[in-house]
Amino acid sequence: MSKLLLLGDEAIAQGGLDAGISGIYAYPGTPSTEIMEYVQMSKMAEERNVFRNWSVNEKTAMEAALGMSYAGKRSMVCMKHVGLNVAADPFMNAAITGVNGGMVVVVADDPSMHSSQNEQDSRFYGKFALVPVLEPANQQEAYDMAFRGFDLSEKYGVPVMLRLTTRLAHSRSGVERVKAREENKLKLPEDPRQFVLLPVIARKRYKLLLSNQESFETESDKSDFNRYIPGDDKSVGFIVCGLAWNYLMENFNERPLRNPVLKLCQYPLPRKMVEQIANDCDELIVIEDGYPLVEESLKGFLERGIKVRGRLDGTLPRDGELNPDHVARAVGLEVKSGKNIPPVVTNRPPAMCKGCSHIDMYNALLEALEKYGKGRVFSDIGCYTLGALEPFNAINSCVDMGASITMAKGAADAGLFPSVAVIGDSTYTHSGITGLLDCVNDRSPVTVIISDNLTTGMTGGQQSSATGRITEICKGVGVEPDHVRVINPLKKHHEENREIIKEELEYRGVSVIIAQRECIQTVMRKKKDNKSKQ
Amino acid sequence: MKIDIILSGVGGQGIVSIAATIGMAAIAENLNLKQSEVHGMSQRGGAVQSNLRISDKEILSDLIPNGQADLILSVEPMESLRYLPYLSEDGWLVTNTTPFVNIPNYPDIEEIMNEIRAIPNHVAIDADKMAKETGSPRSSNMVMLGAASPYINLPLKRFEEGIRKIFERKGEDVVSANLKALYAGREFAQENK
Repeated sequence: MSKLLLLGDEAIAQGGLDAGISGIYAYPGTPSTEIMEYVQMSKMAEERNVFRNWSVNEKTAMEAALGMSYAGKRSMVCMKHVGLNVAADPFMNAAITGVNGGMVVVVADDPSMHSSQNEQDSRFYGKFALVPVLEPANQQEAYDMAFRGFDLSEKYGVPVMLRLTTRLAHSRSGVERVKAREENKLKLPEDPRQFVLLPVIARKRYKLLLSNQESFETESDKSDFNRYIPGDDKSVGFIVCGLAWNYLMENFNERPLRNPVLKLCQYPLPRKMVEQIANDCDELIVIEDGYPLVEESLKGFLERGIKVRGRLDGTLPRDGELNPDHVARAVGLEVKSGKNIPPVVTNRPPAMCKGCSHIDMYNALLEALEKYGKGRVFSDIGCYTLGALEPFNAINSCVDMGASITMAKGAADAGLFPSVAVIGDSTYTHSGITGLLDCVNDRSPVTVIISDNLTTGMTGGQQSSATGRITEICKGVGVEPDHVRVINPLKKHHEENREIIKEELEYRGVSVIIAQRECIQTVMRKKKDNKSKQ
Repeated sequence: MKIDIILSGVGGQGIVSIAATIGMAAIAENLNLKQSEVHGMSQRGGAVQSNLRISDKEILSDLIPNGQADLILSVEPMESLRYLPYLSEDGWLVTNTTPFVNIPNYPDIEEIMNEIRAIPNHVAIDADKMAKETGSPRSSNMVMLGAASPYINLPLKRFEEGIRKIFERKGEDVVSANLKALYAGREFAQENK
């Protein structure tokens, strides 16, 4: 079969399809979005009728994937690292229930926070849940791991985590496919109580998971994703995880590598291989993209064993994405440098698009808030977070999906009045509805602005789960109908919109203002599509 | 044989279409390719870049190391300077001269041009103007590809094929407009070394 030119994300999607998934579940989030998007565009997925719709959030996605696995079929669930926080509850417990059909949990981390609010390392979650973790070094491995992850999952009846980082997720290279296999047939679990985590059953299931740990280690030792390469310069050995392999080898492309190297792409740690490199070498340098997980495990709190260097002792930077130059310095090689960036070059941060509805919403809100002073707008995750930047300086928080409403409530509980939340439509359905119910139950004096652009904008315009139904949902949650106001955020309605916001800011109960206008990017894309159809 | 290229511009300027055309050309020549792109937040009008690596040997890092890029191909003048630490000593900088002003403190364009002119190997081309002159204002990215093509060691016919593939569903007019833009850019670069 000829090679396909695929992003790391796309390679995973194709690997899952070829492994015989019957469904893929996800909520959009950079850098994981393109996995689902690839499946949605895939002819093979269409022919097989693979389930491929966006979920409301990562938790519902994870649970649906587990349900599909319960029914005996293979499922894939994809998210960004912080999405796994949302899905942590089903994830941790899926390790205890185990799976029936194979289940692979794909998590894309974002070191350097290219498009995220933190750079947490999902391998910790894998370790926490006691499940095998696969971490590809390149696009081909991303494909292979997605495929073979299902074998591992079905062999031991556990979910398997596939962890990658932004760089690989969004980098393209040639990928060779293997022969696609059939989907599983519908088949219920042999033990009808396997998934019933009553304490008496959960304790048994947990012991089973614990007893499998040794086998997982053996799998890591046997895995050809992990490789020990001996070398005669034993003063130092390199342990390189996932993508870091490329950065090390880039530096030894044209010069011989004399040190022993352990390429580490499958966890738990392969005990025999780690022992071998530790026995062979005087000290170790651990190179990993993310937190110093392996480094910490090997170093130990008391540091009584072999000397281990890496991110913790400054051999590599403590935070941020790695690159070939960091690795060159860490292993003692000289780094070339081009010219410096001339001082005339100024920062160009991302900004809301020209014609964006969030801009008109902020302009009206800022004027309405003038008399109360600054510091009272809680916001959320989406394009409107860019309202934090010049010239708006409009918001005072962005923490996690849905936190705008609940933080505004907490501040209102503390006596801040008015207290305002700004949240997008997709984020509202993801995690805002429950918070709004808290507000309604306590009759909290908050003003919630749902900046409804009818799409999931920041990630590229995916379907938003309640388009056209936001007003009804707010009323259904119990917001008084008189205080659910819909405005059209356009310049020509500016005065009117400002007055409506002013009125609701003064209301000492829950009010919701839905600022509704389609995302300008979506509008332009539709125009373009129509044009090319004509 | 290896070519390391940094493509730069502003989110929304469509550097991905240039990357795709070069990528197709490399694949058609049976070369290895790694191309890293920017998705997500920066696509909203922020500074964006793409690392494009082509080689007849295995390519390891998805990122180009410092001081090793053979070419910076920028569709915006200030953005061409942001990646100078990656440019190798004998590398080329090929940039559009039409600024994309979406920040209030965009510097004086003359200062930017002075810095560009200070790079010994540079081609500065008003791709927007040239695209208009060739009759297709939206083909400025292909003008840029044409201007960079003398410094990318791949046969011109591969770029032509790539353009055909990318634009064919938009009709023969769009294909020929983009081809014209490619030739115009190439001619300019050859005359203005």
